Amino acid sequence: MDKIVTKALSLFYGEKRILKEIDLKIPQNNITAIIGPSGCGKSSLLRCMNRLNDLIPESRIEGQILFDGKDLYAENTDVVEIRRRIGMVFQRPNPFPKSVYDNIAYGLRINGIKNKKKLSEIVEKSLKDSGLWEEVKHQLNTSAMELSGGQQQRLCIARALAIEPEVILMDEPCSALDPAGTFKIEELMIKLKQQYTIIIVTHNMQQAARVSDFTGFLYLGQLIEFGHTNQIFTIPEHKLTENYITGRFG
Amino acid sequence: MKLKRFEEAVGFGILGLSAITVLLILCIIVFDITKKGAGAISWQFLVDFPREGMTQGGIFPAIIGTIFVTFITALFSIPLGVSAAIYLSEYAKEGRFTRFIRVSIRNLAGVPSIVYGLFGVALFVEGLRFGTSVLSSGLTLGLLTLPWIIATSEEAFKTVPQSYREGALALGATKWQSIRSNVLPSAFPGILTGGILGLSRAAGETAPILFTGVAFYLPRLPDSVFDQFMALPYHLYILSTQHHAIEQVRPLAYGTALVLIALVFMVNLTAIILRYRYRKKFSM
Repeated sequence: MDKIVTKALSLFYGEKRILKEIDLKIPQNNITAIIGPSGCGKSSLLRCMNRLNDLIPESRIEGQILFDGKDLYAENTDVVEIRRRIGMVFQRPNPFPKSVYDNIAYGLRINGIKNKKKLSEIVEKSLKDSGLWEEVKHQLNTSAMELSGGQQQRLCIARALAIEPEVILMDEPCSALDPAGTFKIEELMIKLKQQYTIIIVTHNMQQAARVSDFTGFLYLGQLIEFGHTNQIFTIPEHKLTENYITGRFG
Repeated sequence: MKLKRFEEAVGFGILGLSAITVLLILCIIVFDITKKGAGAISWQFLVDFPREGMTQGGIFPAIIGTIFVTFITALFSIPLGVSAAIYLSEYAKEGRFTRFIRVSIRNLAGVPSIVYGLFGVALFVEGLRFGTSVLSSGLTLGLLTLPWIIATSEEAFKTVPQSYREGALALGATKWQSIRSNVLPSAFPGILTGGILGLSRAAGETAPILFTGVAFYLPRLPDSVFDQFMALPYHLYILSTQHHAIEQVRPLAYGTALVLIALVFMVNLTAIILRYRYRKKFSM
């Protein structure tokens, strides 16, 4: 089943066209990777899906994005609700300057969960799910800023998991991490796809090949090719894709 | 090659000299006032009323008056200024209108304080019928402080990383939730410092309170916000220029100046300590 479908999606920043008529189907409970050279619009595409581009003045879209069949950009869409159901992990780990505990409880509190016992339960579960529990269980009250980069990123994932979204958007989640940190996040993603639909933007092709089930190749704002990851990385249909994955440009 | 070195040495020399000059001027002022004012300072001076036509006694009502009026100023200008800054930095769309607002605020900051004083008379004393009172003076000083508070708060909001906002929004926070729980706390040290510095400047102003509420001499403390009050800067002004026995009260004038400077210095120090603590707490 397709969780998110884009139909002839174009994105503009002012006069500038960032994305050009993208048709994409994101299958549920899979990891879909979006690859492409810097500046091709990967991150912008991702940020259309939780409407974070709304923050950019003068940005507008044409076409449609369907989430469970419903138009994300319809007039009556509750953007806050959408962002609760479609979580996001950012390129640079962005924990809030609060304690580890409060970072995770944040999303719960703003969504109206006040019960202390319940909060603690969910915080623990989220940290376990993100593989961080053993490392931080004795320092839940210390500032999240004191964690390592990799730990911070897993904290951000835990924070996203806590409010039980249906989709997790990951915007180059490992680009600021060392190999060990990267490995842990990749392992985690594979575990998480049982429960979540994951879309990851990456400029690391090995990463896309390792973790994803489907891959889309984006070039200058256009979706050049989309298909099973195996197929894209072994027998790409398009010359551009082949050139990119074999490292001839990028 | 040699010429270049020489040029650099001269350049550094001039820059260093400028820095030292500024520091020196400050030191001379503080030293002079301390030397001439220290003799007047005593516990009695701080807690006693002026007596014998201000030639004897202390400056207690002026100290209390200044603290009282500054408190009113804070109560008025900080909430209003911070709210305006939130609007400008977080909500307002960039455009001709917001640019106009910003330019206006910057210009307001440059308006001479006597103009604020006269405006305060027209608006608060006469217009709103608050009379010459702590309230009128506090609000007038508030108007004077507002542009400064708005500007420093907005600056503080600008330094909050965009990722704090996005992170909160991506979790389904409303804009206001993200501002209240993420943006405001992070900007707080900056707002605090700006606010306190603005207030300490207001506390030392004379012109805005001159016609709006400050009294030449009161034999008692103000009993409500609608009462008149004595204030340190005005008291100092009287002692140094308006008194019938200027030579005789000169030491008292220096003492008053010293207390005023010490008060302002203490307030600024508080700002620095608070900011330092706050930063440390969040290890940013």
